[in-house]
Amino acid sequence: MIPFIFRRLLISIPVLLTVILLTFTMMRMSPGSPFRTERKLDPKVEARMMEKFNLNGTIPQQLWSYCKNLAQGELGDSTQFRNRSVLQILQQTLPRSMLLGSISLCLALFLGIVLGTYAAVHHNAGQDRLAMLLALTGICLPTFLIAPICILLFAIYLPLFPVAGWGTPIHLVLPVICLALPYAAYASRLMRTSMLEVLQQDFVRTARAKGLSEKVVIYKHALKTAILPMVGYAGPLAANILTGSLVIEQIFKIPGIGPLFVNGVLNQVLCLFVCAVIVYSTLLILMNLLVDILYTVLDRRVKLL
Amino acid sequence: MPAALSRRLICNSEHQPLSRIFILLALLVICSLTSACSKRSQEVDFIFVNGVEPKSLDPAIITGQSDGRIASALFEGLTSRDEFGKIGPGVAERWEVSADGKTYTFRLRNNAKWSNGDPVTASDFYGSWKRILEPETACPYSEIFFFIKGAEAYNQGKLKDFLQVGIKVIDPLTLQVELENPTLFFPEVAAFTTYLPAHLPSVEIYGEQWIMPQHIVTNGAYTLKDWKINDRIELIKNPLYWRADTVAFNRVDALAISNSTTALNVYSTGGADLIVDKSLIPPMLIQDLKKRPDFHAYSFLANYFYRFNVTKPPLDKVLVRKALAASINRQEVVERLTKAGELPASTFTPPGLTGYQPPEGIAYDPDQARRWLAEAGYPAGKGFPRLSILYNKTDLNEQIAVEIQAMWQMELGISVELKNQEWSTYLDSLDHLNFDIARSSWVGDYPDPNTFLDCFVTGRGNNRTGWSNAEYDSLMSEANRQLDPAKRFQLFQKAESILLTDGAPIAPIYFFSGIMLYDGARLGGIAGTLVDDHPIRTMYWKDKQKVTQP
Repeated sequence: MIPFIFRRLLISIPVLLTVILLTFTMMRMSPGSPFRTERKLDPKVEARMMEKFNLNGTIPQQLWSYCKNLAQGELGDSTQFRNRSVLQILQQTLPRSMLLGSISLCLALFLGIVLGTYAAVHHNAGQDRLAMLLALTGICLPTFLIAPICILLFAIYLPLFPVAGWGTPIHLVLPVICLALPYAAYASRLMRTSMLEVLQQDFVRTARAKGLSEKVVIYKHALKTAILPMVGYAGPLAANILTGSLVIEQIFKIPGIGPLFVNGVLNQVLCLFVCAVIVYSTLLILMNLLVDILYTVLDRRVKLL
Repeated sequence: MPAALSRRLICNSEHQPLSRIFILLALLVICSLTSACSKRSQEVDFIFVNGVEPKSLDPAIITGQSDGRIASALFEGLTSRDEFGKIGPGVAERWEVSADGKTYTFRLRNNAKWSNGDPVTASDFYGSWKRILEPETACPYSEIFFFIKGAEAYNQGKLKDFLQVGIKVIDPLTLQVELENPTLFFPEVAAFTTYLPAHLPSVEIYGEQWIMPQHIVTNGAYTLKDWKINDRIELIKNPLYWRADTVAFNRVDALAISNSTTALNVYSTGGADLIVDKSLIPPMLIQDLKKRPDFHAYSFLANYFYRFNVTKPPLDKVLVRKALAASINRQEVVERLTKAGELPASTFTPPGLTGYQPPEGIAYDPDQARRWLAEAGYPAGKGFPRLSILYNKTDLNEQIAVEIQAMWQMELGISVELKNQEWSTYLDSLDHLNFDIARSSWVGDYPDPNTFLDCFVTGRGNNRTGWSNAEYDSLMSEANRQLDPAKRFQLFQKAESILLTDGAPIAPIYFFSGIMLYDGARLGGIAGTLVDDHPIRTMYWKDKQKVTQP
């Protein structure tokens, strides 16, 4: 397994470099500049600022100097939040998004597994239909709709939770639920299909024939196998959910990294945006690696070579 | 153990983790019920929604309104504004102006102190202003200093010796400023955020980091306790501020919220006492909010208008531009779309500038518009090429563009297409005159027609229409040399008349309304002002002990 991990990490270096190259080049090729405002900036001032942030010269030159700095651990300065380095911004925002994301991830997977298994066990019965109707609703309702509805119901009509903000565990409840729901819905459908498939298999029949109760068959034997596709789903999902959500973080006023992605593109905040993309890509690579390793643990037939 | 019993035991143990989680969830809900959403900490006297996260708090860097609001709480300039926007003493307790109107002598008070105890002296202003004008600083707002003699040349690198610039320290408490032209509104300008002083010893030690909470030294009503990005800025009263006894709030939090619905939610549930930015009011709810007693609308110096690219046919013909301007029904735009009590605009300068009466612009007159279009060679819009309206993508911009598209189709028989771009691309298109017709807005820096009319002087960066008129340019420069206010305004009037009717590179649409949400029965020391400036130091709770206002 060690050579496998080593090889995968080695391959990820050119992947990351390509990501940096593409992101940087596309950002610099788009029209406009990070310093434009509705009030026209003196071209000389703009030129000086471009120089200050290493944005003058040709794109390959800029890319080269950016990569050189990056190799030395310099993430650059933010062109948007002028008194902060990209590192300072990430240090402040990323942990918040990760906390929110990891709780949501756990909740989404937990709900997905429970609901999916429940539906599969009661295949084609009323419970199955109800569970899948819920899942479909969860998939169809976008976050920007669920979140305001939740706020209206549980923060305004029924003032159980704060409408927005960050700081205490209570502030986390609504955003975690709203962030987790659509993913939980996907996960439950995936889990249901997988569980149905597993329940048809010979070893389940054997277990039942041995006289084991349905609960033991499902929770002890079938679940372990049926959960494999969920592990595959959870990898990329983790990278996605841990790097924040624009909609949830804006609606609930969570000072995370989510809005920085979108504002980074819109305002051409180069270094910050490239770093955010690097964080996302690294997480994606690591999570996929973790998924592969987990496969070997859950399914002894899988061998990493 | 019988098989059946052992199975039951297994089942029970399988269920345990699930039940534990449910118990935990139940506990969480109970916790939330009991702690009832801990709205705000008791020690915070006042919380307001400030809008987007400030880019900086350094007077040399800031350009945005949300940045400026905090900077004005932290620093105080030579002059300062009260809650009604009126200019009064700041660090300078008085000032004299020379007979030719070109030299201002500011007398600084001797009890003005920095938050570390250092006295605020004329050298602080000299050094801070020098820092802004240094080409290396790349201050985005340095042009607001170009009223000062030699400032522009120094900032452009044409003048090397700062001693030649008209800023002089006469003694530690006297600063003399020599201006290019008689500038009657200079005390207004001196209150502008870019003119605020920086604590230079801190700048020297910490560089760009001097503004961070652990390093900052301020001379205003507040100091910076904490600054959490995209979350909140915590301000603490500065006990060394010279009129600290008039500052009511000891601790103020400024929330960074850019989503209008979130802002309203936070405000409505008691998480904030004031929403200060119009962009933070959900446009869909304005009709309903208007009826509430905590809704406060006021006009301020800002307008919304369309630019015509006069270098592009058929917009190079004045008659075409006039026809387009005359067929916009502004009343309908403000009544049906903006809805917050905005005033329809036919002039570029907003009403309310003391002593200045803007000239007649092109009013809504579809018959006249059709005649002008026919005269230009496009009777009933025949043969008129397909132009586009460019705007940056917001709902309101789109609604207005759709409305105007329909008006032009109906009144003139011409069809235009709509084109939206993201913010920075849109600005790039404006700069390179890469548009036919584009939406724009302009916010005045100080209450004087010059802040608006100067935009359209030939070659100005904010001209962005390609329009140039020699008479307009000379009237503008003559007006700015004029000492007599009445004569000066007459010249501005003439210039604006050329801009609006002879040249018509723009079609004004409406004047903005500022909106604030706050409980007027409780919060005092706040009012709608022309410059849209609302100092925190003047605000107080009416039900608490009233502080003596200076």
